[in-house]
Amino acid sequence: MDNKDTFILGGKEFKSRFILGSGKYSMELIKAAVENAGAEIITLAVRRTNTKKNENILDYIPDNVTLLPNTSGARDAKEAVRIARMSRELGCGDFVKIEIMRDSKYLLPDNAETIKATEILAGEGFVVLPYMYPDIYAARSLVDAGAAAVMPLASPIGSNKGLATKDFIQILIDEIDIPVIIDAGIGKPSQACEAMEMGAAAIMANTAIATAGDIPVMAGAFKSAIEAGRNAYLAGLGRVLERGASASDPLTGFLRD
Amino acid sequence: MVQINGESIDATGKTLAAYLKENNYIIEGIAVECNEKIIPRQKYSEFILSDGDIVEIVSFVGGGQ
Amino acid sequence: MAQNQFFVDSDKLSSSALEHKHLIENNPSARTNHMEYLEGMEKISSDIMDKVLGEAGRFDYNKYNAEDVKRAINNETCSIEDFKALLSPAAKPFLEEMAQRAKAETSKHFGNTVYIFTPLYIANFCENYCIYCGFNCYNDINRKKLDMQEIEHEMKIIADSGIEEILMLTGESRSQSNIEYIGEACKLSRKYFRNTGLEIYPVNSDEYKYLHECGADYVTVFQETYDADKYETLHLTGHKRVFPYRFDAQERAIIGGMRGVGISALLGLADFRKDALATALHAYYLQRKYPHVEYSLSCPRLRPIINNDKINPLDIREKELCQVLCAYRIFLPYVGITISSREQKHFRDGIVKIAATKISAGVSTGIGDHESKYNGLEDENTGDEQFEISDSRSFDEMYNDMASEGLQPVLNDYVYV
Repeated sequence: MDNKDTFILGGKEFKSRFILGSGKYSMELIKAAVENAGAEIITLAVRRTNTKKNENILDYIPDNVTLLPNTSGARDAKEAVRIARMSRELGCGDFVKIEIMRDSKYLLPDNAETIKATEILAGEGFVVLPYMYPDIYAARSLVDAGAAAVMPLASPIGSNKGLATKDFIQILIDEIDIPVIIDAGIGKPSQACEAMEMGAAAIMANTAIATAGDIPVMAGAFKSAIEAGRNAYLAGLGRVLERGASASDPLTGFLRD
Repeated sequence: MVQINGESIDATGKTLAAYLKENNYIIEGIAVECNEKIIPRQKYSEFILSDGDIVEIVSFVGGGQ
Repeated sequence: MAQNQFFVDSDKLSSSALEHKHLIENNPSARTNHMEYLEGMEKISSDIMDKVLGEAGRFDYNKYNAEDVKRAINNETCSIEDFKALLSPAAKPFLEEMAQRAKAETSKHFGNTVYIFTPLYIANFCENYCIYCGFNCYNDINRKKLDMQEIEHEMKIIADSGIEEILMLTGESRSQSNIEYIGEACKLSRKYFRNTGLEIYPVNSDEYKYLHECGADYVTVFQETYDADKYETLHLTGHKRVFPYRFDAQERAIIGGMRGVGISALLGLADFRKDALATALHAYYLQRKYPHVEYSLSCPRLRPIINNDKINPLDIREKELCQVLCAYRIFLPYVGITISSREQKHFRDGIVKIAATKISAGVSTGIGDHESKYNGLEDENTGDEQFEISDSRSFDEMYNDMASEGLQPVLNDYVYV
């Protein structure tokens, strides 16, 4: 086995396959979470500046971490593109995670608008990571549009329900030639591990860690689970022996020479 | 009047740099968009706010899912 | 290792023709660069050939062991590595287990159906010297090209027998069987059949588009071998000598709008394990790039030809062929697999229950002889055959045999909309 198992996104090499969200934390806990997670990529959102509370989240994030701003709040491709451009102006690189939702109840991504935004932003030199519903046609269109990876949801955002879309995610992993990063709905380390065993390139998680009893410990638990799943995938899972009973008549009895 | 982050503000004729300074924005942590166009940081002192401009001043916050 | 002796001299060749034949047979430097396109050959931008040849070239099948094979048989999705294990010598003791798994996959995707079709050879003129083929330009055979009236006559006889899908074939001669000629034949075929396949010399995408508009649904091109160095020693002259143009034929056919493409190596020409790997990967990578297209594989073995009855498939016996077919099915559960009349009845009847989904019946590889083959009427004016067939069952016999084996014969599955 190759000892050097690195993960490349937008020409940048990462050792960690854990992308950590920074929402729903108190600022002091973000640093501990990032360190225990071993995360090298962290997501951020862009919002109107609040001048009353002059606190900059970047002060709490270790310097070596790559920032992945998202476009949360965007309801269509045009808004996502505006938010992405503003995030780049904030001076933290070319990475952007596209999130476009037009459904406030389930917060499911709009694949059609996401494809449009991906095409525009990839054309402007962004490293585009689109959050998507795991649909093979949309995934192929995203590849064609220039996405650096696809980020299918495991289950609805914040639901902690795990791999509800497992079979469809497996199809993307099998058929798509760019990294498939599992995003949204991963509620426990065991679910992150399972997704990695399936061949996912990385896991994005936020709520499961931010809402845990002990945030830094849970961040570490996810780190271990993701590494275990990755190693299992690289090692090649063993045989499952319960395949149905064999037919009694041999099928190959007709062969001559 | 100028629409800034959703509020009508009497800032017509001011430079963007002056407005930001008056309101205690920390330049390093923000990005500014005017009428859906990004205003680069080095242009703040020459950019004059006009009547009817729609301005967004944004910064990073925590975000994930 | 045993080798086939392919070279045969006809006493009808002029001394200058013989001299040239011997020159290109014996002196590699007298032959053209087989990797270089000729004028008029369309070059498309594709990385599939590099990927396929790279994988096949690196394939070290002796490194796989029994554990690799067992894991490959049981894995839910068969990876490229799993597929390599299934093609390896280590898989030989697991042939029955592979057949069980292959049968399960075939049932999942095709139920118990088996498609029946027939080939129709309309011309056997050929400009290539492919040393193993009965149609090769130096072989002394009766040449014939059917005119439209004769083609229609043949089609009527075939359609009357109940067949709804044909595969039209020509020898590879653009000058004798040009695109317009083949296009007219496609228009006729559309009148008599529900589905028309073509197996002709590779052409450019605009020509495939034209043929599709004339009525062709799918295109089959055999690469013969994916070992480019070996290919060079087997295809000594003619357009077919250009290896990369042939390789990209299916992709050009897809660009031209064909709804299906067929892919194959002729097993027995080179290392069959590498050729089987390359054949399946050719389909695999095309499928990833063009997911809307239907793919099918064939698995012909070398057969004796007129004037050379010694040609044989060497180390690929029935067991090896069965192994290759089971591996194809497990790796690519969704592809059609055609089983040639080059194989004998017992093999064809057995393999359609495991992996194959399409079988030819009422086969003649000669030109214009369906009247005699189907109705017993003798006709002197026919063209000679490409190779000897091993299963001469008529359409009726095949239909009844398949049904009595518990399979459901299907004559076409297309609706034109």
